[in-house]
Amino acid sequence: MADLMNTRSKFLLGGLLILGTASFLAAKSTAATAQFYLTPHELAERLAADDSFRENGMKVGGRVVPGSIVKSPGNKEVRFMMRDTMPSSTARFAVVYKGIIPDTFTDSVDVVVEGRLDAGNTFQATVLLAKCASRYENAPGKPGYGPGQQGGHPADVPKGPSPAPQT
Amino acid sequence: MILLGELSLWVSLLMAIWMTTVSYAGGATRRSELVMSGERATYATLFFVVMASIGLWTALFTHDFSLKFVASYTSSNLPKVYLFSAFWAGQSGSLLFWALILAVFTTIAVVANRTKNRDLMPWVTGTLGVILVFFIGTILFAANPYDRMEWVPADGRGLNPQLQNPGMAIHPPMLYLGWVGTSIPFAFAIGALVTRRLDTEWLAAIRRWSLISWFFLTIGLVLGMWWAYVELGWGGYWAWDPVENAPLTSWLCQTAFLHSIMIQEKRGMLRKWNVTLVVAAFLLSILGTFLTRSGVIESVHSFAQSPIGNYFSTFLILIFVATTILVMTRLKDMEAKAQLESMVSREAAFLYNNLVLVGIAFSVLWGTLFPIISEAVRGTKITVGPPFFNSVNVPLGLGLLALTGIGPLIAWRRASVENVRRQFMFPVAAGLVTGGILIALGMRAFYPIIAYILVGFVVGTISQEFFKGTRARMRMYAENVVLASLRLVGNNRRRYGGYIVHLGVAMIFAAFAGFAFKKEFDISLKTGETFAATDPFGHKWTFTSQGVSEYKRLNRYVTAVGLAVTRDGLPMQVLSSEKRQHVDSNDQPTFEPSTEVGLYETTMQDVYLVFSGMIGPDQAEMRLSFNPLVWWVWYGGMVMAIGGLIVMWPQAEKKRQGGYVTVLTPGSESADPVAAGMGAR
Repeated sequence: MADLMNTRSKFLLGGLLILGTASFLAAKSTAATAQFYLTPHELAERLAADDSFRENGMKVGGRVVPGSIVKSPGNKEVRFMMRDTMPSSTARFAVVYKGIIPDTFTDSVDVVVEGRLDAGNTFQATVLLAKCASRYENAPGKPGYGPGQQGGHPADVPKGPSPAPQT
Repeated sequence: MILLGELSLWVSLLMAIWMTTVSYAGGATRRSELVMSGERATYATLFFVVMASIGLWTALFTHDFSLKFVASYTSSNLPKVYLFSAFWAGQSGSLLFWALILAVFTTIAVVANRTKNRDLMPWVTGTLGVILVFFIGTILFAANPYDRMEWVPADGRGLNPQLQNPGMAIHPPMLYLGWVGTSIPFAFAIGALVTRRLDTEWLAAIRRWSLISWFFLTIGLVLGMWWAYVELGWGGYWAWDPVENAPLTSWLCQTAFLHSIMIQEKRGMLRKWNVTLVVAAFLLSILGTFLTRSGVIESVHSFAQSPIGNYFSTFLILIFVATTILVMTRLKDMEAKAQLESMVSREAAFLYNNLVLVGIAFSVLWGTLFPIISEAVRGTKITVGPPFFNSVNVPLGLGLLALTGIGPLIAWRRASVENVRRQFMFPVAAGLVTGGILIALGMRAFYPIIAYILVGFVVGTISQEFFKGTRARMRMYAENVVLASLRLVGNNRRRYGGYIVHLGVAMIFAAFAGFAFKKEFDISLKTGETFAATDPFGHKWTFTSQGVSEYKRLNRYVTAVGLAVTRDGLPMQVLSSEKRQHVDSNDQPTFEPSTEVGLYETTMQDVYLVFSGMIGPDQAEMRLSFNPLVWWVWYGGMVMAIGGLIVMWPQAEKKRQGGYVTVLTPGSESADPVAAGMGAR
């Protein structure tokens, strides 16, 4: 019986070792790779409280300001303005991204950028993720679906800051 | 038909409620007429859910744009096949698809088991009814595909071009089949817990279902990787995105269960653990459906906006609490019948394999949910990225790979030193030789070398098992090599099918390790200009631009760049990547242009070309990469699926299980193997 217990405790020891290693790795790399994930509004608030916050690497999720996209020839670099998804917030940041631009990146989509905010308050993005708002769900009242725009498409809507009744 | 479909959905909700109520009542009072009524309600639910689904398909095929769902995901010039698959392109349709599969699975499970597991079945039927009520209810009250537009548009928005891909047409159904498949084992677990019949009976009934679920999840995951690789154009196949992690965690739980179930069958151990895994796999499936369909991870706002969030979280919590209470009150019924006898035994190897699988699942879940957890705890959303997942899961994954090789080599109960020495000699040598060759060839990266040593070890183990088995048959039955190896697999499908799955796993690990050597270039070429590069294997390549062409296809305009390719001076095929602008039936553009990747696939590496855009009339901007061993992911996945099919092929069950069950639990239901239909045991 003592022998059985022994095997059992040996196994438990091994198990603890595995789970311990796993948790240690998880805890260590959580700390090492964690990034703030903020909205433009929250970023503006944090900068107002402490300007050195800009030195952190971070992710910012917001929405492209319609008409602000400027792509370089060949689509290797893009500049745009990003605003908060909450209509009440006025926080805006300029973003520069170098690299392959995702197909879904377009006016008014929700984007997530990863990188740093430089001294001139331009966000230098190393990663640009565009989430096509309509990819899974179409919010009612999107441009192109209002009455009077029968058969219209978002692409028909004149680009500009005015129409974007996003909710 | 469409109106009928909508009405059917409401009727199916009533039927599912009836099915739940009378089945539970029948189970509690043991009145057979109630149980019978529950069974009939199951068939009725199936009928009405099928009608509701046909209704939606009718709407899609007849372009009834008065339905918001149809207008949102299709257009009148969409190819037929994508009209069919648009069913699961959006949230509400995919929930209906979930309900449809569940109704079909439930009916099959009820038909296959109603005469066999009489005590269990009312509870199983009732529990499946609860899940059906939840899904149909969520559809009707929060995400109804039959919702109308206030006005009828002339044409729909069309399907997102990235979803217009054959892989994406079948990837979601595969995942759903896998996810829904976890409901049946879960329902049986509840039945077994309630009736306290926690022996091998319920396990026998669900093993096939777990396999089916595992099989479809495997295919779904690999298809998802393939889709991301060929369609999204960022050059990889796995990005630790929440929508990838969610099915992975379910898959890991299922894999763990398929191993630990063997310990319970053979040794009567791990009974609580198995129930826990079955429940966890189900909860993770629901969570996964929710995560992939609500976008809660990316944005809390979408969570608040989408009412299905509340439905799903309430349901998850209810199920979690109910099962926890149920398990707690049944702990005594689940005492192990045997003890672990030795650390050097197959049980121990399987236990560690379970720990590692669950460890991986947990860390993936932790990383995926971290933004939500941190926001709840600290008020700030904090994310962890791919570095987190890699630094945790690479070591754990390698440990798992090692156990894949060790498990089959050691005996049950207690392995002797002699057994260990004899069994390990060849596989260990195979691993070391593999590592030696790679180091001699100049490979210096630590993790890949370890990975390849272990891959060599696993392949050594599998070859040794096949070799020994075949040789034994050849001697015993005087069969030739081919016949002997075929009969070996045919007569021991569970064991050798399992080894084939392991072979697929080894192939995929080899591919993952190879991907570390990927090389990537950003290039810009005018017509006639040439770019030269050396691939990770040392071959010299040139790429000469043949210029850009533009033309029109059925529902899109195409801009394509072509590169003439040579390898070591020999001409290869022309590599071409496209930008596609999709248009509707009035030639108006829909969506942003999408990119078609140019791909030259070989077993050693893929040459992968992404057309990014034009500078002026003639200069094409591109990203070019050499992606090593990607082929092995797809074919490794295929080998895993084939192995899975061999394991679950019904005949094998009939022959094998007969003897097996009688040996283990004499007098239990080993008879009637002929009726071993789906889910029979």
